[in-house]
Amino acid sequence: MPYQFTVSPDFSPDHLSGWYIFNTWLQKQTGEAIHLEMYDNFQSQRNAIQQNNVDLIYANPYDAAMLVRENGFLPLVTSGIADEAIIAVNADSPIADVAELAANIRVAMSEDPDVRMMGLIMLEPADLNASNISIIGCDSYVLVAKQLLRQDAEVGVFLAEAYDDLSNIIKSKLRILVRSQISVIHHALMIGPKLANKRAEYQQLLLNMADDPKGKDVLHSLGFETWVKVEDEDMEFMIDLMDTLAI
Amino acid sequence: MFGDMQSEWVIGDYKEAVLALYGSITRRVFYTEIETPYPDGKLIVSTTDKNGLITHVNKAFVEMSGYTEDELIGAPHSILRHPDMPAVAFKDLWDTVNKGEHWQGYVKNLRKDGGYYWVKATVIPNIRQGKVVSYTSVRRKPSRTKVNECIQLYPTLL
Repeated sequence: MPYQFTVSPDFSPDHLSGWYIFNTWLQKQTGEAIHLEMYDNFQSQRNAIQQNNVDLIYANPYDAAMLVRENGFLPLVTSGIADEAIIAVNADSPIADVAELAANIRVAMSEDPDVRMMGLIMLEPADLNASNISIIGCDSYVLVAKQLLRQDAEVGVFLAEAYDDLSNIIKSKLRILVRSQISVIHHALMIGPKLANKRAEYQQLLLNMADDPKGKDVLHSLGFETWVKVEDEDMEFMIDLMDTLAI
Repeated sequence: MFGDMQSEWVIGDYKEAVLALYGSITRRVFYTEIETPYPDGKLIVSTTDKNGLITHVNKAFVEMSGYTEDELIGAPHSILRHPDMPAVAFKDLWDTVNKGEHWQGYVKNLRKDGGYYWVKATVIPNIRQGKVVSYTSVRRKPSRTKVNECIQLYPTLL
């Protein structure tokens, strides 16, 4: 049975092929058979984790607590790119500050759990929460933008990186109200119990990846420059931080 | 670095108070009516050891408190205590986290320059190998409605 690798379903569609290239590179380097399974949504991925079907995961920070504390996963590396969120409105919106937003507004957002959480935190100063807004779920950030452009939603919550990648034409028709500056919330590549004895080996391979021209090309196909080691305590700290934000 | 505030740190007209802190410690503070708005999108993060001494602060903490990182590390977290905050709120905080639970509340913090800022604070115990080893506090921007409720409530608890 090959080991199973999976990627947080919020990966950018531009990097889908990159993850397959990365998995091929990883198999070559480790000599292990590793199958890449891409799940359509977070719930089906979480179900697979609970059934012990996942051995390696590029995980959303929202799931880190479950992975470490319930499923025995250990952190390997991160890309060093922090997850940040943006609250945006249509450029013609009269709203100039989050505090001006009123209850029952329509908020377009993706299913990405960490971005949702950060977005809701940034709406709190207006006394808004999941129970007094109307959430419009979207499958992509382009669709979140479309909801704003069509004025089907008053507010959109974006992963900052995805917002920045929108075309200039779309961005010219939107306006940012708040951009988070949290800095310490990030996705991480994590290793499960069945591969735990290979943690140091995998970690070293990944940390050396940017030094090798082929490895660097693979990293670029993921949109990354390098991998950065995640210490156990760094991960615990991020989990604690996520805990404080989840309430 | 922890002791009485110095009046020369303070910007603007100020009042003076002596705070009775945990462990029979007192601290003379000077405070003004100048509010620093909470910055949008930021979190203020700090960690203390089990005795409430600061071991880690992030950049937003340094910016909002007005102290340097060197001044903050090793100081008691009560360096931020504002005389308008009722002691009962902090008793509740410590009673809660000492039970291993999360505490959340609205806090008026005192800056080095005598000004203040309101936060929505969440404090959690950091549990490693089943033991509480430290505490992390994360502050985010509060709603003005909640702050106004606290402005009415807290004087009744002093």
